[in-house]
Amino acid sequence: MALEDRRLGAAMFAPAAAYIALLIGGPFVLAVMYAFTDARIGTQGFHYVGLENFRSILQSPSFHAAVRNSIVFTVVAQIIIIVCSTVLSIALEKPFRGRKLVRFFILLPWVVPISLGAIGWKWILDSIYSVITWVLVWAHIYTPYSAPMWLGEPHLAMTSVILVHCWRLIPFSTVIMLAGLTAIPKDIPEAAAVDGAGFWRRMFWIDIPMMAPIIWVAVLFGTIFTFTDMTVVYILTAGGPFDSTQILPLLAFTTGIQGSDLAAGAATSLFLVPVLVLIAYFMLHAARRAEVT
Amino acid sequence: MAVVETRNLVKVFKQGELGAVNNVNLETREGEFLVLLGPSGSGKTTLLRMIAGLETPTSGEIRIGGEVVNDLTPRERGIAMVFQSYALYPHLSVYDNISFPLKAQKVPRPQHRQKVEWAAELLGIKHLLTRKPRQLSGGERQRVALARAIVREPRVFLLDEPLSNLDAKLRASAREELEQFHDRIKTTTIYVTHDQVEAMALGERIVVLHQGEVRQIGTPKEVYDQPADTFVATFLGSPPMNLLEFSDVIVGFRPEAFLPAPLVPGAAAVEFRYRVNYVEYLGAERVLYGSLEDAGFESKEIVSRLSWTMPSGYDAGTVHDFSVHEADLRFFDKKALKRAQPRPYPWR
Amino acid sequence: MAPPLVRKIAGRALHVGVVLVSVVLLAFPFYWMVVATFKQNIDLYNTDNNPFKFNLPPTLDHLKLLFFETRYVRWLGNTALVGVLVVAITLALALPAAYALARLTGRWGERMGIAIFLTYLVPPTLLFIPLSRIVALLGLQDTIWSLVLVYPSFTVPFSIWLLMAFFKSIPKELEDAAMVDGLSRFQAFVKLVVPISTSGILTVVIFTFTLVTQEFVYALTFISPESQQMVGVGIPIFLVRGDVYFWGSLMAACLITSIPIALLYNAFLDRFIAGFTVGAIK
Repeated sequence: MALEDRRLGAAMFAPAAAYIALLIGGPFVLAVMYAFTDARIGTQGFHYVGLENFRSILQSPSFHAAVRNSIVFTVVAQIIIIVCSTVLSIALEKPFRGRKLVRFFILLPWVVPISLGAIGWKWILDSIYSVITWVLVWAHIYTPYSAPMWLGEPHLAMTSVILVHCWRLIPFSTVIMLAGLTAIPKDIPEAAAVDGAGFWRRMFWIDIPMMAPIIWVAVLFGTIFTFTDMTVVYILTAGGPFDSTQILPLLAFTTGIQGSDLAAGAATSLFLVPVLVLIAYFMLHAARRAEVT
Repeated sequence: MAVVETRNLVKVFKQGELGAVNNVNLETREGEFLVLLGPSGSGKTTLLRMIAGLETPTSGEIRIGGEVVNDLTPRERGIAMVFQSYALYPHLSVYDNISFPLKAQKVPRPQHRQKVEWAAELLGIKHLLTRKPRQLSGGERQRVALARAIVREPRVFLLDEPLSNLDAKLRASAREELEQFHDRIKTTTIYVTHDQVEAMALGERIVVLHQGEVRQIGTPKEVYDQPADTFVATFLGSPPMNLLEFSDVIVGFRPEAFLPAPLVPGAAAVEFRYRVNYVEYLGAERVLYGSLEDAGFESKEIVSRLSWTMPSGYDAGTVHDFSVHEADLRFFDKKALKRAQPRPYPWR
Repeated sequence: MAPPLVRKIAGRALHVGVVLVSVVLLAFPFYWMVVATFKQNIDLYNTDNNPFKFNLPPTLDHLKLLFFETRYVRWLGNTALVGVLVVAITLALALPAAYALARLTGRWGERMGIAIFLTYLVPPTLLFIPLSRIVALLGLQDTIWSLVLVYPSFTVPFSIWLLMAFFKSIPKELEDAAMVDGLSRFQAFVKLVVPISTSGILTVVIFTFTLVTQEFVYALTFISPESQQMVGVGIPIFLVRGDVYFWGSLMAACLITSIPIALLYNAFLDRFIAGFTVGAIK
């Protein structure tokens, strides 16, 4: 490899690298720094306060709720998403009339800006005007004013948040899994048919195991998108009622930006890191395995 | 072990277009190794897939062991197939690949190990049972594919160009192994290939296909020596048969029959004046590319094949007398391109 | 075992059922947006009325309100401007970087590629706090320039990935031939590779644009005044007067903003998937 090429390569790569270092690396380091200081919005300087921020955060009940919810929402949502998108991707695998149109409609939740999808759901889940309520009343399951408040009762609110996340990510996972399914060489299902495997056996013993790396990718991305997302909860419930839908990113926002306590906000958001590191590890592991194959 | 029959089998992919398979009638013999030979697009793979149950015929019947199988799924036909790419399940070990058909057919578990080991033993891959397909060489994968096919003891074997993914050197030894394999298990086998050398070496009978139609069915000797039409004549044999066109007949003779005149003595020899233009030296033989100097042939290009035992001296630029024995001439009707009776030489 | 025909029909029914249910559940909110956009308020807010059909004739009032009495159009303009600028910056940074990673480096290239990928794992909800401070220090608070500065941080990594995969699929021989003919490597890049990569570039453009319109956290954090806001934040936050949600106009805004994005995204779907899965499928 020519030296000149090497230098050119570095030169072409440098601007992007510099930008990323400055706008991701830098702030990340700053976040860590702030967590150990008393930085506030509006004041210029800040001083080192050691683990003070972490101490007070760890004692806050909101924080406990946030950690618990962040994990629960993400895990439950991922399970639902993976099951549903596996089923859906299998259903969409064989071409049929109108498949392109179906794909368009199915993708809408993912494609649309998160905030707009969320606000659409807010309207659907509205305590008075909810269309779900209307249908349940019409089916005589509830009387007009006894219907549950979908976003107003703690457990229902949690369910609603999880469901909106699923609604948004099932299309994404489905589409990724479809790619995995279509990547299976055509003669493998044929060989399975010749070997005597029926539809279900083929699905569970051949197709799905062969899709495993792809399912893994979908899970990892889906986890990031759910775990680090603030928008859905912000718009639907703002963390309420009574912190039942509080999550780490939102808590960081409320404390850091709305509450002006940059340091506490930064410290809170740092609790996202362990999970992200875990995910990064798995992704690298998967990438390495893909190289080997 | 069963006889495979097709009757008036037709497959049309697009309405109005020529069929991929046009009215094919064939019948294997019990335990036979039958080769479907033809260039790409001849319909041989489509034909095989229809027999397997992976494609539905447009019309016609397929019978295995006497029963009509048109409506049966592949699994119900009692066949096994080896795909061109082997189609091994990448996430399963060799053992699990081979036992998969047993699991799928709900063979009781205790019998699995014994059967898998029998198949593996037969193909010499017992030492590979714990490996994954990606750890195997091309030849080893092929053997695993065969083991997987044979473990169910099917009544018919279908092979779709299984040697084409191997490199040239390996192909010859793999071919030999296939022959021995067939000798041992004697299951009716239908083998698809475009390689006429492979077909001649392996086949007990060859079905020559062209554009979806059967041109000839016969033993290697029959299709080589007595081709039914000009397609078969030129498809088999490399270099192909030399063909001379006249107003109502085509006369053909194989390069190895076109020899220096002294080597074809007797009154039945037909003589030509031959200018050698180019020589390929291939070790055991020499291939001469030249043209006929006789009047009326307009330097028609003719190929000759000399074995290494024959004298040298036939170099580029030289002109010699070359002859063909009468008995080695093949006549083809000009219009139908089909084999015709010998007739007086048109140029005499 | 039921006879084959019954099994076949049952299988078909299951298949159709799954697809239909999925479409309904996933696309329903959009149907709902359409209805709410055109329903008169009296109809909309009457819980006795069937919500699925128009009990009173449809109206354009919500749309009128949206376009003439709110800052919606302004938000669209802001978003479009930010989008265009961010696309330009992203292309300027990502094109050369992706080419460098695809062509000019060996193992190093793989490592850098993975490193770029990993930055994707650092979310806005972690960086927004220090970034808010940086933005304030630079005096970009409350302006769209804060977003123009920060947005490439999430558009560039993915774009590099996408373009890297794209460049790798272009045969090396093309540039080799050009260099033998006398072009320098960089000239080959500019004059040969870039022009034939239009579809890859287009994908990046569309994708970057949709990412810009979807972003919420940074826009919410850095920009307060209504007139400077992006459409993704403006709609849920500012289409509310006091405690009253103007649902009709809200839904109208959602619908109008979503449709073009959906159409664009859908057209380029296969490329996006390739970007995500480039590691996992060989």
